[in-house]
Amino acid sequence: MSKRSNSGRTIDPALLRGLTEARVSRRGLLQAGALGLGMAALGPLAARTARAAERDWEAWWKQQKPTDELVFANWPYYIDVADKGAKNPSLDDFTKASGIKVKYLEVIQGNAPFYAKIAPVLKAGQSIGYDLMVMTNTWQLTELVMQDWLVPLWKEKLPNFKKYASPSVVSPDYDKGNRYTLAWQSGFTGIAYNPKLTKREITSIDDLWDPAFAGHVGMMSDITELGSVALLKLGIDPAKSTKADWEKAAKVLKEQKDKGLVRQYYDQSYITALEHGDTWISQAWSGDVFQANAKGFKDLKFVAPKEGVMLWHDNMMIPVGAKNPLSALAWMNFYYTPKTAALIEDYVNYVCPVPDAKDVILKDLQDPDVANSVLVFPTEAMYAKAHDFYTFKSYAEYQSWNSVFTPIIQG
Amino acid sequence: MSGRGKARAGAGSARAERAPARRRDRRIGKAAVPYLLGLPSWVYLLLFFLVPLASMLALSAAVGDPIVGYSYGGHFAEFLDAIGQYHRQLLRSFYYGALATLVTLAIAYPAAYWIAFHGGRHKSTYLFLIMLPFFVSFVIRTVAWQFILADQGFLFGQLKSWGLISDRFYILSTQWAVIGGLVYNGLAYYVLPLYVAIEKIDRRVVRAAGDLYADPASTFLRVILPLSAPGVFAGFLLVFVTDVGDFVNAQILGGPGTYMVGNVIQDSFFVNQDYPMAAALSSILMFLLMVAIFLYARAFGRERIQEYAA
Repeated sequence: MSKRSNSGRTIDPALLRGLTEARVSRRGLLQAGALGLGMAALGPLAARTARAAERDWEAWWKQQKPTDELVFANWPYYIDVADKGAKNPSLDDFTKASGIKVKYLEVIQGNAPFYAKIAPVLKAGQSIGYDLMVMTNTWQLTELVMQDWLVPLWKEKLPNFKKYASPSVVSPDYDKGNRYTLAWQSGFTGIAYNPKLTKREITSIDDLWDPAFAGHVGMMSDITELGSVALLKLGIDPAKSTKADWEKAAKVLKEQKDKGLVRQYYDQSYITALEHGDTWISQAWSGDVFQANAKGFKDLKFVAPKEGVMLWHDNMMIPVGAKNPLSALAWMNFYYTPKTAALIEDYVNYVCPVPDAKDVILKDLQDPDVANSVLVFPTEAMYAKAHDFYTFKSYAEYQSWNSVFTPIIQG
Repeated sequence: MSGRGKARAGAGSARAERAPARRRDRRIGKAAVPYLLGLPSWVYLLLFFLVPLASMLALSAAVGDPIVGYSYGGHFAEFLDAIGQYHRQLLRSFYYGALATLVTLAIAYPAAYWIAFHGGRHKSTYLFLIMLPFFVSFVIRTVAWQFILADQGFLFGQLKSWGLISDRFYILSTQWAVIGGLVYNGLAYYVLPLYVAIEKIDRRVVRAAGDLYADPASTFLRVILPLSAPGVFAGFLLVFVTDVGDFVNAQILGGPGTYMVGNVIQDSFFVNQDYPMAAALSSILMFLLMVAIFLYARAFGRERIQEYAA
């Protein structure tokens, strides 16, 4: 899921580049040796020396030496900027406070393509060159955990998380006890619409099925989002759903498509379609609508439909092979302070994991629009409406979800 | 390949003539020269074509999943699964590809004809103008059409405000937008070979047709068109093959029900991580394209495919 960026980019370059990269298992390679030596170039031969889970991580952490560097991989438009993008005040503050220089890279365009890029390297037991990266709580995160490609966090070095983190990001379903991840931002998936075109107020997910909007309803091509909204429509909590529920959801989605209601199954470009008026009503991520309003598309509105909204989390994590793991911990701890979180939140406008940042945005940064938004600092009522994604427990489960929902978008 | 090989053999023998005093036993070395010179190409082909191709075929029949890894298991039923699940998208790709290529030809031919026959001394300027948009990235160019064709954009928004078309009318997200995108993106690749072919036509032959009382229509149909056939042929191959495998236009300009096989392959790789399915679909697509090209070459004459497609 790529959810930020107002660039209107629909296909990311990583994906275009990556299409030719085959991923071959070590065992497969050895068996296929007869096919030619050249194949060795395609797949990793180096075996991982020790499975990550079997290591004594506390001892490992204690062996690590502090460094003065941090390589941070993140999504575009996902941190505060000043001087037209030349500076990141929050990172500069961190460097001042700790002496650690941060190399901040906006290299993640989507969970799946990013995973496809790093997996072969990690499988080969090599370092991917990042000390910290941000990924959403979807299948690829589960996969990273299953493959033992994440370093368990050393809680002793993260006192601020305990002190300041919002309850909504503490010990989430997909990472019990925050063993591997701390939230960077969360966000809601609800409905955005243009009242000038719909000519009425939108309050319900059923409105996405309203024949009056035929040909102008935007749905997401991300099948986790697509399936989840249909489950909510049916009154089913996605996190607790079963395969039978998925099939029911697929049925209503198919009806919606067959009746010609759906304009397109959009990736990040859904927001451009809304801005252009191609879609009148669409599934949408909260922060995008905020940013579209700021860009001048003032008509667009975001609503949390009465049936509920999806709440997703983008998480910071340390991949195995990280060269500066202590620096990564230091940044995580620094991030979980009201001041730093406020600096970033005032720019990013998704859901802030540090509730106390609200006062800083209100008083020090003087930005009541952001501070008082229930989409940035959700109220209890808003959280009560929020649902988590279904957490896939195995590849077979993920495949099963895919086999139910992909036929809808692949038409 | 073979053409280049011959050229090199020619160069080798020319050198042999210049050095007549060489001993006989060194001739064997000389005979090997063209092959040695061709070696880099062979290594290149082996490493970057044959090995990946073999790997793709082997991966198609692999078993496993991304967690435990894939191993080559001879699971050839994957090909049948792929066809069973995605025959609609495969057929659609060929239909879009064929239609788009024919429309491209219909637009490119007059343009190439006009430049070749009436371009005068500005020929290269006109060709450059046709090439110009292609200096911009493929994806950006296609995204630009989203702006042009937007429902409330400057084109349709204006027509709607004049009441010329219904408020609900749209082109984006339909198959016509996808086919239109394919035509637009393939245009230069058709104009260039057509231009080269038409430009080569001996003007005296055209004049001779007139002298023999052929009217302009029959001059075109019986003289110019057959003589430009190599361009039509080469351009068709270039454009058709890229159109059938395209996924960008369908993704950016398409809607529900315009999925092409390229999009399915992309999903299989990045969303489902079902690499055997992606590899099997790629192999099937390649095989079908090869069959289509072979039949096409048979219909148009064998010497041409060697001459122009090589």
